[in-house]
Amino acid sequence: MNKKLSQDIAFVIFRILGLVIVCLLFWILGFIIYNGIEVISWEFLTTAPTEGMTAGGIFPAIVGTLCLIAGSMIFAFPLGVMSAIYTNEYAGNGTIVKFMRVMTNNLSSIPSIVFGLFGMSLFVNTLGFGDSIIAGSLTLGLLVLPLVIRTTEEALKAVPYAYRTGSLALGATKLQTIRRVVLPAALPNITTGLILSIGRVSGETAPILFTVAAYFLPKLPSSIFDQVMALPYHLYVVATSGTNLEASRPIAYGTALVLIAIVLLMNLLANALRKYFGKKVKTS
Amino acid sequence: MKRIVERIIESLFTVSGAISSIVIVLIIVFLFKEGFGLFSSPTVEKGYSLYINSRNQVSELNTFDITHIFDEKITNWSECGGADMLIKPFRFDEIFELFPEDDLEHNRELIPIRLSEIIAANPNIIAFLPQRFAPQNSEEVKELSIRNISISDFFGGKEWMPTSKPTPLFGVLPLILGTLLVSILAILIALPLGLGVAIYLSELASERMRKFMKPTIELLAGIPSVVYGFFGLVILVPIVQKGLNLSVGETAFTGSLILAIMALPTIITVAEDAMRNTPRTMREASLALGATNWQTIYRVIIPYSASGISAAAVLGIGRAIGETMAVLMVTGNAAVMPTSLFQSVRTIPATIAAELGETPAGSSHYQALFLLGCILFIITMIISITAEVISKKQHNKGL
Repeated sequence: MNKKLSQDIAFVIFRILGLVIVCLLFWILGFIIYNGIEVISWEFLTTAPTEGMTAGGIFPAIVGTLCLIAGSMIFAFPLGVMSAIYTNEYAGNGTIVKFMRVMTNNLSSIPSIVFGLFGMSLFVNTLGFGDSIIAGSLTLGLLVLPLVIRTTEEALKAVPYAYRTGSLALGATKLQTIRRVVLPAALPNITTGLILSIGRVSGETAPILFTVAAYFLPKLPSSIFDQVMALPYHLYVVATSGTNLEASRPIAYGTALVLIAIVLLMNLLANALRKYFGKKVKTS
Repeated sequence: MKRIVERIIESLFTVSGAISSIVIVLIIVFLFKEGFGLFSSPTVEKGYSLYINSRNQVSELNTFDITHIFDEKITNWSECGGADMLIKPFRFDEIFELFPEDDLEHNRELIPIRLSEIIAANPNIIAFLPQRFAPQNSEEVKELSIRNISISDFFGGKEWMPTSKPTPLFGVLPLILGTLLVSILAILIALPLGLGVAIYLSELASERMRKFMKPTIELLAGIPSVVYGFFGLVILVPIVQKGLNLSVGETAFTGSLILAIMALPTIITVAEDAMRNTPRTMREASLALGATNWQTIYRVIIPYSASGISAAAVLGIGRAIGETMAVLMVTGNAAVMPTSLFQSVRTIPATIAAELGETPAGSSHYQALFLLGCILFIITMIISITAEVISKKQHNKGL
């Protein structure tokens, strides 16, 4: 075959494929937004589900998801950032660091359902927390730990070495250097990591199935040992096992839209931050 | 004083590092501790035993015989090594049909005596009874010896019936095959698509298009799996059902479609990175020899980035195998040996998600689900290590 022709054919195919991917995203987003937008109202966002989850709102699920985001971040963020500081600033480049990197890398490849099993075995049963916000938060925290560590490490690595030597040469101790020089410079990128982790945590279902999520619980939690509803699990429930699937479809669309809105907002925020600070660092 | 505070803070860093790296060890310990308990559990439900009349020669039955006796698929003792007589299966509840319930309620020590009378009266009986009401020191009754669940029961079994009584069957083959079928088909769909998009992005797209598409693909990766599942359930399931004229749309094929969509971002990103890392000199050399752009792509760039592309495929499989919610929602979850693409299957993660909630902690069903978790863990570990080795190869080439 003519080689020019075959190139043209191939390139047309690739362009179409590129288009297909973009269309796919807009199809999924469009489907959720188009069907969900008419369900969303102030009432939907602020009332509890009623009538076997075929009417009412999703307020308890929103509150539950916010609790889980807060809980998992309180746990994972300091732990992840501190261990990234350890591996990047203190540990040098020996076998220990390599070992730790392999460990956290592999941690990120473990399926989320396995985290759910682990959380159930350790937090719910062995430590006796029961199905509770604390058990769910710890499980989700472990799930995003590799993400927090990796983004923080990258942020720390991006801080020029000269900053550190400059600070040390002025007589600052290592810790002072980290606190006053390295961390402020790395903060924007660390924040980006934090936001991405929030996006990830808010959408995960499998880890919370057995550690916290309640099928139906209109009451708001009063302590960290209470169960809560959560958006992703609520979507699963109303989509598959409600008492009246047809009647609960609109609720499912609305829930999906709120969930996607949170996740996309976090992604966009992270992107914007990256761009904003990326420019700032370059010009300074 | 300041020194001490600094020391404390610095040791906090060390401790955090240590905690983060032992999490995976903890996961292994807890998963395997719970899971391997299964092999020291009896094949019959915990706390129960099987009793027969002592005149019956049978002293041991295998799991399948027991199941089929109570299914009434085996009806004669001669089929499992006994004399030629019909089998009379007896469950504990049936005692309340033979004797007034009120009597037994008030006089619980009467139950074992009544039970041993029943067994003594029926030479062909096999009774499935709780051990705490076991007929005691009666010469007419003998307890069948029960072995523990073996590794071959678990890995070689073709039936997953975890709640069947008296002998739950934990044959994991249909689940493993279901998982592999769905994930491999997903990759077969996603790989050509993803590769095409990766070529487009790295070789053809304008800078503006790239800037638009990269975040788009990232967004696709960020959508929660339960939303994909919902999309699959509402859109793909009816399409598959009508398009292929099936009785139900919840099939292995539907699961593969949704998994393919979910694996695309991983495949595209990894493959595109590998292609863009092809040294400029190689491209230019190929073009200078008179090759067209397309010839350069498939003769130079694709072979050069082959290991990066395989890493993309492997990572995609890894993501597909571990995926839970989307698959749970669209594959129909029938735990049978898969024979066709257009039938309902059940994957390992979906099984765990669907069943663990109703399982009492410590039961053999619970342990079997943890063992499934161990299998999943091992498979994904192997996959992630493979991908790492492959992409290291790619990396070394660049040097």
